Order: sequence, then structure tokens, then C-alpha cells
Amino acid sequence: MLVNLGIGIPTMVANFIPRDMKIFFQSENGLIGTGPIPEEGMAHPLLTDAGGRPVTALPGACTFDSAMSFGLIRGGHVDVTVLGALQVGANGQLANWMIPGKMVPGMGGAMDLVTGAKRVIIAMQHTAKGKPKVVNTCSLPLTSVRPIDLLVSEMAVIAFPDGKAMLMERAPGVSVEQIVAATEAKLLLADKIPEMQL
Amino acid sequence: MQTISVIDAVAMIPDGATVMVGGFMGVGTPERIIDELVRQGKRNLTVIANDTALPGRGIGKLVDAKLVGHTIASHIGLNPETQRQMIAGQMKVDLVPQGTLIERIRAGGYGLGGVLTPTGVGTVVEEGKQRIESNGKTYLVEAALHADFALIGAFLADYLGNLSYALTARNFNPVIAMAASTTIVAAEHIVPIGLIAPDHVVTPAPLVDYLVANG
Repeated sequence: MLVNLGIGIPTMVANFIPRDMKIFFQSENGLIGTGPIPEEGMAHPLLTDAGGRPVTALPGACTFDSAMSFGLIRGGHVDVTVLGALQVGANGQLANWMIPGKMVPGMGGAMDLVTGAKRVIIAMQHTAKGKPKVVNTCSLPLTSVRPIDLLVSEMAVIAFPDGKAMLMERAPGVSVEQIVAATEAKLLLADKIPEMQL
Repeated sequence: MQTISVIDAVAMIPDGATVMVGGFMGVGTPERIIDELVRQGKRNLTVIANDTALPGRGIGKLVDAKLVGHTIASHIGLNPETQRQMIAGQMKVDLVPQGTLIERIRAGGYGLGGVLTPTGVGTVVEEGKQRIESNGKTYLVEAALHADFALIGAFLADYLGNLSYALTARNFNPVIAMAASTTIVAAEHIVPIGLIAPDHVVTPAPLVDYLVANG
């Protein structure tokens, strides 16, 4: 399985992969088989992740140019991408690349990833400074019109079947009411909403 | 292919030139050519590259020296000086999705007028662009990009100009090598012909106009 992780919370996903699961991590700057951060003194200046930080390459890794890297992404060859979010709409549409007038970093690879990956998972804090990030309609510029598949926060797991937000799981000790209160979008409630298995 | 001093190579680049620069956050950027551009003070450059690196690194040095009038890139978020000059109106910045940017460059080098991509449909990226429906899917028409100069950072160059790259320093380099009128290469190592095996040559020698000599 080929997986691309965004920066921030999504990067931490790599620390929780079951040992028997065969996963290749892609860095969009041109690497499949991205490994952990190198030990002190072992960094190679020409081996970095998409943020320019030193990484390692695992046995079986390969490198390629940016056209192939984004061919992999846009062409549907990346099985899963895990990204951060600024806002997610009730219909699953994502805004995660700019705040007009405040933060204009550029979209980098985010638009291609959300448009092309087979499965888009968002890993984020449920709210920002107490304000819901799962909103009725994104007010920030969209990353793609393609809806995300799954959202995982410290409070809840929300799926987006048929472009509708459905609460699937809740974090241990968090009630459905607390999640609904921290969410602007109307949530469909699954028949059973079990606690997340951590 | 001609070998050339870095001074003479950069002297060919006029003020106002459009330059494609290899590298991803500075990794794979030909720093010697960048340093000489700064030393010779080439002004009002249009830079086409993935990003503008960091202040003091790669393209960031051109930004620090206020030599860039227009940037076409996918990401400037890690260079606050680029953002400052953009907000102050000193530099025009076009932000392009990374996969679209590299394909526009590839199209320019491969003799295509542009590409059709689903990336950006229904977003601000679509503004001013033509939509095309094909096989039931919606695409944007994204025009090809060309440059006056491509500035390449290679790992190995042989005496003929065949190039290979190392690890994640490949990125935009082999693609921009095809999309500019004049291609200038700075390599970490210049090696005898044959040392890069035919199967390992990534950029063929006929694409390289100038190889910057050591020293």
C-alpha cells in the first residue's frame, strides 16, 4: 500500500503502523520508502522529506522526479493520503491551504493529493481556539471539490458516505452530545457509535 | 555541450530573464550558480521553481537580494521574505499546484501546448481557465511553460554532459532540463565518459548546453 502523509499530526501516523502491515510511504519530493529521521550525524543533505527535513530511505526505496511523483498522486496510484485541515464542510469538502489575507503559503501538493489519492483521510484537532472546524460549508478556499473519505480527530471519527457527515466513533470518555456541540455541520448518527479502539 | 566558468555562465543571463531552477527546498538547487547570480546582481528575474526555499538557501538567496520580480511556484510558506515581498507588492507570485506546475513544465519541454488536469477544478485555481469534459470527467486546460534558462543541479555529469541525480535532489531538475532555450548545469562531481552507465543517465547530454567547470 502506498501512503502519503502530510505535515503535522498526519506525520505521526507513521509511528502507529502495525508491524505486519506492508506500507510504502511516499515523499512527494521524489521518494518511495521514506524511513524515520536519521540518527544524529547520519543525515544526508540530498535525502529529505517534502518539508526539506532529513529522512532516511528504507531497504527497497526508490527515487524519481517530480513529474512521476505527481503522476503517482494524480493518477490514483496513492492508496491513502492523510492530511491536516483548516475546515471540513458537511459535504466532506476540504479547505486546508490558505487563509485569505493571513496565510498564503501556496497549495504545494495538497490539491493534487486530495484530487487524486484513492482515499483521503483527515487527521486534525476537532476545533480551533474553541471554534468548530467541521462546518456547514467551508468559508475558506477549497483544496478540491472531491469530498474526503474519513475524518479523525481527538473527539470523533466521521465518515462522509454520499457527501454527508456521519458520526462513526467517539473518543474514550467523549459523549455524542459533546461532539455535536463542537461540530457546526449537522451530523448523521450511525446506529451504534462505539468508542474508538486505541 | 561546452564547459564554462560559473562567471561566464551567469554573464549570459540578462536582467529580466525567465529562469527555471531545480531543487525542492534547496535540495538539488545549483548553489554555485545562485551565488554568482547574486554576486553579479541580475535583476527582475522571473523564477519558475517548486518553491523559494528558505532565506539564505537556494532560491531564497535571490529573494533576499531582491533580484526576483515574478515567482511561479507551488509553495512559498517556508520563506517569510518571499511572502513579505509579495504582500508589499515588490514581487508578483503565481501559486500553482505542484503536480500542475511540473506538468506545465514537462509539456513545455515535450512539445505540448499544455495539459488537461482534474486538479483545481471548482477551486480558485480554475479562475480564468478553460474547462474541458472528456470521458465524463472535468479537466482544466493548463498551458505549457517555457524559460530562457534552466539552472540544473546534478550529482554526476560526464565530460559530454550526461547527467544523473542523487536521492531527492532529482525533483524538478530533469524536467526543466528540457523546457528552456539554454540549459546550464552545475554538478557535484564531473566524471569520465562511461562512468554513468547508459541505463543510469537521466538527462541525455544533447539537452545540456553548458556545464559549469569546477573551481
